Amino acid sequence: MLESLWKLVQESGFAMMLSGDGWKNLIMIIIACVLLYLGIKKQYEPLLMVGIAVGCLLANVSALGGFSNALYHQELWDEFLKEGGEHAHSYGYIMANGGLIDILYMGVKAGIYPCLIFIGIGAMTDFGPLISNPKSLLLGAAAQFGVFFAFFGATLLGFNGNEAASIGIIGGADGPTAILTTTKLAPHLLGPIAVAAYSYMALIPMIQPPIMKALTTEKERKVKMEQLREVSKTEKILFPIVVTIFVVLLLPSTAPLIGCLMFGNLLKETGVTDRLSDVAQNALMNIVTLFLGMSVGATMVGSNFLELKTIYIVVLGLIAFSFSTIGGLLVGKLMYKLSGGKINPLIGSAGVSAVPMAARVSQREGQKANPSNFLLMHAMGPNVAGVIGSAIAAGFLMSMFGG
Amino acid sequence: MTETTAAIKGEMLDVGTSLLDAVLGYLVVFIGLALLMVVIIVVGKIMVSKMKKPAAAPVAAPVPAAAAPTPKKMLPAAPGAAGEVKIYDTDPRDAAIIMAIVADKLQKPLNELRFVSIKEVK
Repeated sequence: MLESLWKLVQESGFAMMLSGDGWKNLIMIIIACVLLYLGIKKQYEPLLMVGIAVGCLLANVSALGGFSNALYHQELWDEFLKEGGEHAHSYGYIMANGGLIDILYMGVKAGIYPCLIFIGIGAMTDFGPLISNPKSLLLGAAAQFGVFFAFFGATLLGFNGNEAASIGIIGGADGPTAILTTTKLAPHLLGPIAVAAYSYMALIPMIQPPIMKALTTEKERKVKMEQLREVSKTEKILFPIVVTIFVVLLLPSTAPLIGCLMFGNLLKETGVTDRLSDVAQNALMNIVTLFLGMSVGATMVGSNFLELKTIYIVVLGLIAFSFSTIGGLLVGKLMYKLSGGKINPLIGSAGVSAVPMAARVSQREGQKANPSNFLLMHAMGPNVAGVIGSAIAAGFLMSMFGG
Repeated sequence: MTETTAAIKGEMLDVGTSLLDAVLGYLVVFIGLALLMVVIIVVGKIMVSKMKKPAAAPVAAPVPAAAAPTPKKMLPAAPGAAGEVKIYDTDPRDAAIIMAIVADKLQKPLNELRFVSIKEVK
């Protein structure tokens, strides 16, 4: 009886925690609890943060219970990625030996979830402000500055090209794009990059305002912009078709993201696929968000996550976000000058894509300077342009470093 | 493009190559979106000119005024109203509250403001 009890104690996760690398899992469990706190109490991107935190918690708790009990098996994925190995790129091997999260993670690995989320984002996005003011696209492009600045910074810190590209894309302020790029280029960094991307997206109301105030004058912030022209239904239907054809022909590697984003938008705008649009916006989006959060969180196992690289990624992510904001604001200022003071440069910071958070920040800062200022719809143009811009940036990086 | 960069999977990049890749990437994004802007402007111009044509046609056509039914949007607005507002995905009650708040913030009477549309930003 005593022997049985002793065996039970030895096999428990508590005993494993104190042996070997168990302490790393313990730290990750604490980090998961912190992420849960941030998601639930502080409401930092809760829809994904809670899923990521639970995925992290389950992966590390179950890892302490031994290989057969684990929900996520890093070892299986190491074999999956081992070029020339017996189980290289074998999803069958994962299906036969994996746990729940391994099965869910196949959707991330195959790049399916980010694309499905983009269908949902497309179905929820109104490109009207962008169509009525196409110059917004320049602000969306300018706000990708942080992507390439952080890419350069990451190479200086010793990351290789694939890793630097994945870190840089955090500056696109687009979670699914960051996840897809990282999955393709540097899957071992997926956990820290996803957490950094979503954390900074949630922190936009804190990161952007000081930069906006530093780079703009009171006079510039007070500018009231002219009302946007009305966009016809035909234009809204043509937009996703034109963008898909043009952008994908220009940069074929953007096809998964741009194609899905515009497909979702077409469902919304046609007016004859309301049921599909509804599914894309709600049911599909929610299901995929659930799977994506859990499976990305599960990659945050102690042995992978607790490295100096993680700290670098967190710092570079912040730099990427800040410099994307700076890029957007500087081109916004240029447009203010060229338009004779008709464009409020604050809408430039909304080019960082995080929809609609960044546009709301522009609106709030504009209204602080001038209470009768309504910049929201003007800022939505660069904001949705940023989604296209970050997808193009990701497409460029994937075509350069994807092999 | 691939010849000018060391874009080999997982390879370390030297400072010059990395800087070149970064500048090239930023340019590609900028040029891509600038070209897209031109395409959207052209499509927009075509659409706007097409929308104007049917609007001008009834003016030129000699249609007897008595025989023509009055279109709904030509009806005079209610006293004190300032045009129609299009409401998308928004409860009319919420829209009314929003308009009242805007009028209050601007300290202007509601009938002096013109709301074009109200849409929930999701």
